[in-house]
Formats: sequence, structure tokens, C-alpha cells
Amino acid sequence: MIKVEGLTKRYARTLAVDNISFEVEKGQIVGFLGPNGAGKTTTMRVLTCFLPPSAGTATVAGFDVLEQPMEVKKRIGYLPETPPLYPEMEVVEYLQFVAKLKGIASGDVRRRVDEVMERCSVADVRTKLISKLSKGYRQRVGLAQAIIHNPDVLILDEPTSGLDPKQIIETRELIHSLAGDHTIILSTHILSEVEHSCERVIIISQGKLVAIDSVDNLTARLRGSEAVSVELEVASGRPNPTEVQQRLEMVAGVSRVVMKDSRDSRLVFEVESLQGRHIRADLARTVVNSGWNLSELRSVGLSLEDIFLQLTAAEQKETDVKEIQGATV
Amino acid sequence: MRSVLLICRKELNAYFASPIAYLLMAFFALIFGFVLFNATRDFIRFSFQMQFQGGGGPMSINDQIITPLLGFSSTITLFLVPMITMRLFAEEKKSGTIELLLTSPVTDLQIIVGKWLGAMLLFLCILAMSMINVALLFAWGKPDLKPVLVAYLGLVLQGGCLLAIGAFISSLTKNQIIAGGVTFFVCLLLWLLSWATANDTGALSQVINYLSIVTHFDNFSKGILETKDIIFYLSMIFFSLFITSRAMESLRWRS
Repeated sequence: MIKVEGLTKRYARTLAVDNISFEVEKGQIVGFLGPNGAGKTTTMRVLTCFLPPSAGTATVAGFDVLEQPMEVKKRIGYLPETPPLYPEMEVVEYLQFVAKLKGIASGDVRRRVDEVMERCSVADVRTKLISKLSKGYRQRVGLAQAIIHNPDVLILDEPTSGLDPKQIIETRELIHSLAGDHTIILSTHILSEVEHSCERVIIISQGKLVAIDSVDNLTARLRGSEAVSVELEVASGRPNPTEVQQRLEMVAGVSRVVMKDSRDSRLVFEVESLQGRHIRADLARTVVNSGWNLSELRSVGLSLEDIFLQLTAAEQKETDVKEIQGATV
Repeated sequence: MRSVLLICRKELNAYFASPIAYLLMAFFALIFGFVLFNATRDFIRFSFQMQFQGGGGPMSINDQIITPLLGFSSTITLFLVPMITMRLFAEEKKSGTIELLLTSPVTDLQIIVGKWLGAMLLFLCILAMSMINVALLFAWGKPDLKPVLVAYLGLVLQGGCLLAIGAFISSLTKNQIIAGGVTFFVCLLLWLLSWATANDTGALSQVINYLSIVTHFDNFSKGILETKDIIFYLSMIFFSLFITSRAMESLRWRS
């Protein structure tokens, strides 16, 4: 559905996107992940024909963004980072305007507008001025605007930014319900979002493609090792924290112990294991055998967050690209 | 064409949804009314003087009231245009709604012409305010209709031309104040140029004088319809809208 080859976008002085290639199948939800300024928005803008690429090609549904932008634009629904809303319009008026702008026949406009208002649950504010809407409603009107012409491809730039937790869940569900008929690319720097709603992840950093894989594969890569938070209660001053730390480091399978907190009698450590080792039982035994009180033992896991940080950390970048591309191709 | 009209209507709605349209109309009506009142008063005083003291040439409402009045309107236009055009593109660029327009299946030219047409219609509404006053002159006097119509045509063409230039300037920036300020400066410059070069016969002065948008209005205000003036205005409108589309294209490539 979407095919990007060797895409490069250069601004006056900076290289925003550097030779990115990827493909997205029909009906997939793909998460576009990267720190701020990584080139997510630029890539999306190229796909929506807002910006021309400096080099490389991008095709949507078989149409090149440079050669046949009209055909591409007809097939794309786009929600930019700030929803493109006209504050002086009413919601229904705005959606009718967009519907006509996207080329929906006059006879169908009313029906389509009612449909998307229902779907994005903005029907209750239909006659409100957009300038009076809350952030959550604005975002949903923006989403309604993107799907109004039932496009093949939906491109959503940080669809949940600035929403409260309840709205985030609602938006996620909405996006999920849109999958299937639509191919969706959504960008975000919030990782849990990708874990929840995407099938595949494209990670970019500083304009370069760092990883492209399914969410499960990416997490599985680092599932082997685990991190455990250990909280102890000891009589104050005895034993001293470094002593405890040394003892924990001696447990079999432990790779690293970091002291997180030490106040009065309370000590908190984060213990990381080596690949494929389960250390919780041994840890608990060590603590109890030493005569300390174990008040908490909790797995903090290595989340997508950690993978992401590892992948995007500059010093590790080169090796990781090779490693991951080797693993997936 | 459908997209052009759609965008035109959206622009017009935006003007009338904010106080700007009403403000400009009121501003124009007030100034026009004031000048008309003065011109009419002088005219009446003068005609009384002639009746009692004799002398003087024939009096004409056309030459002594309407022509100077519409000529004055052409100067007022220079002040109105920046206020109309400053938001055209700058506002959409700032708020990000330009992304909606540029990623929709419409061409740049459709967007530009639609926006210009919207500004044009607002300008016509503003001009229409003066027609109430002119209608009064027709009700109580017997001025010639044709020169008045020609002068109005001139105002519309000159306005369209300045609006197109204003649209171009607005497409270059995100900042409405800058768009408005630069447009105002350009309008003022055009006015000063025609004024400075009017009585000079040097070749350069002649060229500048010819290019000054204000100069071409003179014939219209005298009730003279000349093809070269009409063609000048139409080609200036076309040229300005064309460079606006080039500017938008180049902004895409650069940023």
C-alpha cells in the first residue's frame, strides 16, 4: 500500500530524513516511533504530498507522490500534529467544508458528515464553534476530518498527544476500529501507544531508520533479561548499603545492581539479570538468609521503552542497525 | 471550479464571522460619507455663489462630486487592502490549516484563486457601501450614469490588482502583522511613485508611472474606458496570482 524507497529530505542546512526505505501492507497499523525531531513528521509530510522529497521515491496505492499527487491526496487522510481546524466554524460546518474539499459528491456530504461525527463521537458538539471545543474534542474532530472521505491510507501524526488518559484510550480504540479497511501509519513518541495499537514498528532516530519489525519480535529480543526492584528494611546503619549491594551482586545470574534509594532503614535496589536467567527466587533467599526484611520484590521488566532507548542511543546506533536488519531480512 | 467556489465561500465566511468585515465596511462608509458631505456642501455653496454673483463655468455633479469622490476611494483602497489580505495565507500557515488545504485533492492555483475571489467579494461589499451615497446623488440630481459605472469598474480592477499583490505577500510569511505591514508599504510606494513621476517626462519616470497601479485609475475616474488600462489591470492580477502559486511551490521545496 505504501512503499518508500531511499527517501531523503534535506532542509536548508539540516538533513531531516536520511535514506529511509520501508513498505506497509494493506490493512496494517504501523507505529512510527522516534524521539522528537527524528524526522517522523517530515516523512509523513512527504507521504501526504505536503513536502516533496529531496531524493528517493514514495508511492501510495501505486501512485507516486511527485508524479500523481492528486491521486495520492484522494486516497490519504491526514491528521497533522495540530489538528487543522478553523476556529470560526461550527463542527458540522467544518466537516461539511472538508467533505466537499475532499471531493465528496454534494448529495453524500450530509450523510458522510453524520457518519463520521457518530464514529468519532463528536455529534454532541455538532453546532459548537470549534474555538470553544476542548482539546480532546478538537483532536476527535481532527480525526473525523481525516476519515471523512473513507481514505485507503490514514496518516496520523501523534493522534493522542495532549489528551487525558480516558481520551487516549478512546482514541486508541477508535484507531483500532479503523484498522482493516484502512492502512494506518501513526507516529508517536509514547511507547505504550505502539505496544497497544500497532502491529509493526518503524523506529527512526536522527533521520535514519533504526529498526523495522513487529512489536512482539522487538520485545522478545530483550525479554531474556529482566530487571527486578528489591526493597529491604534493615535496622538503621546496620548493615550499610554498600554491603547489601555487594551481597546482592554476588547472587548468581545478576549482571548489575543499582541503588535507587536509601532512607533510614529503607533500601531500594534495581537488579538486572543476565540474558535468560531468573533471579527472583535467589534474590529473595539471599535477602532472607542474611536476616534482612524483604518488603518488596517486583519485576520492572525491560519494556519497549528500554529497547527504544537502546536503539536510539547514539553510540549504539551503528551496531544495532546491522544487528536488527540482519535479524529481520 | 467547485473547489474554487468552496474556498472562496470559506474565506468570505471567515471575514464575516469575525469583526473585520463589518469594521472595514463601517470604516469605509464613514469616510466616504464624510467626504461626500463636504464635497456636496462645497458644490451647493459654489452653485449659490454663482447664481447670485454670476460667472464661473457650467456645474456638473459628475466632475465636481463623483469623480473626486471615487478618486478618493481609490486612495482609501490602499489602506483597506492590507487589512483584507494580511490573513489570507499567513493565518493558515500559522494555525497549520494550510496542511489541510495542501493535502487535499485541490491544486495550488484553485486555492489561490479561491482565496483571492473571497477577498474580492469582501472588497465589493465594502465598495457597495458607497453606492448608498451615490444613489442619493442620483435621487436628487441628474448625474451621468456611464462615467460613474466606468469609475466603479476602475475601482474594482484596481482593488483586484492590489488584493492579488497582497495575497502574494501574505503567502510569503506566517506573520499576519508582517504581511499587512509589507502590503501597506507596497501600496503606499505605488501611490508615491505615481505621484512623484506624474509630471516628469523622462523615460524612466514614464515607465515607472506606467507600472504604477494608481496611474491607470485616472482614466477610469474621468469616465474614459481604455483597453490598455483594463489589460494592464487584468495582466497584473494574473501575474500576481501566478507568482503566488510559484511562491507556494518554492516554499514547499525549501521548507
